[in-house]
Amino acid sequence: MVVKRVVVGAHYGLSDWLAQRVTALIMAVYSVILLVVFVRGAPLNYGVWKDLFSQGWMRVGTLLFAVSLAWHAWVGVRDILMDYARPDGLRFALQVVTILVIGAYLGWTVQILWR
Amino acid sequence: MSSAAAKKPRPKYLSLTALLFEIRLPASAWVSGMHRISGALLFFPFAAWLLYLLDTSLASERGFQHVKVDYLGSPLAKLGLIVFVWAYLHHFFAGIRFLLLDLNKGIELVPARRSSYAVFAVSLALTAFIGWRLWS
Repeated sequence: MVVKRVVVGAHYGLSDWLAQRVTALIMAVYSVILLVVFVRGAPLNYGVWKDLFSQGWMRVGTLLFAVSLAWHAWVGVRDILMDYARPDGLRFALQVVTILVIGAYLGWTVQILWR
Repeated sequence: MSSAAAKKPRPKYLSLTALLFEIRLPASAWVSGMHRISGALLFFPFAAWLLYLLDTSLASERGFQHVKVDYLGSPLAKLGLIVFVWAYLHHFFAGIRFLLLDLNKGIELVPARRSSYAVFAVSLALTAFIGWRLWS
């Protein structure tokens, strides 16, 4: 027998679940690429380091990583807060702090990359 | 009332000591719990710390030397770096395991346990290797 399930609600559960996985893959790919660059690249000094982060692909790639991290961290930290933070007022306050921290991280990242 | 139920005090509440010393969680539960703890640590403080290091090292030649020689040369910073490396690797490999579980790969009891042990083994071994390279 086929059970017809009527899906109700805002659907953010599924999209968060999917976003968590897509952003994880983006960060995993970036991590592996960065590892290869480090292992195969020239010994690290200021010139090499500065050159690496002045390349367009590196800046955009790092920004994609940062945006993925922001989204991923929001879903993850919110899940943790929903499980443990009581009462609701404290949870709400911590969620606001989390959003502020994520926003600050993103702003700082842009500032570092396009200085 | 059966005799088994009469011996133990009921109801049994979960507490930290109960989780650590009385209840033996399966390896997959430890992978999951550590995935949470490592994720929380990566969000704070490690993301902020890495941004500080990236900022300072890219700002100027002096900043780069400061980070490379003075800052990351200190034992405390190295310890922090090793904890970060462990958190990143555990989160990475446990995350890949979860992605495979989502695709119904290795969801039977035996392979799921085996992959849990593999996550701990690989992330701890790589952390030890990187720690050894950092200190020598």
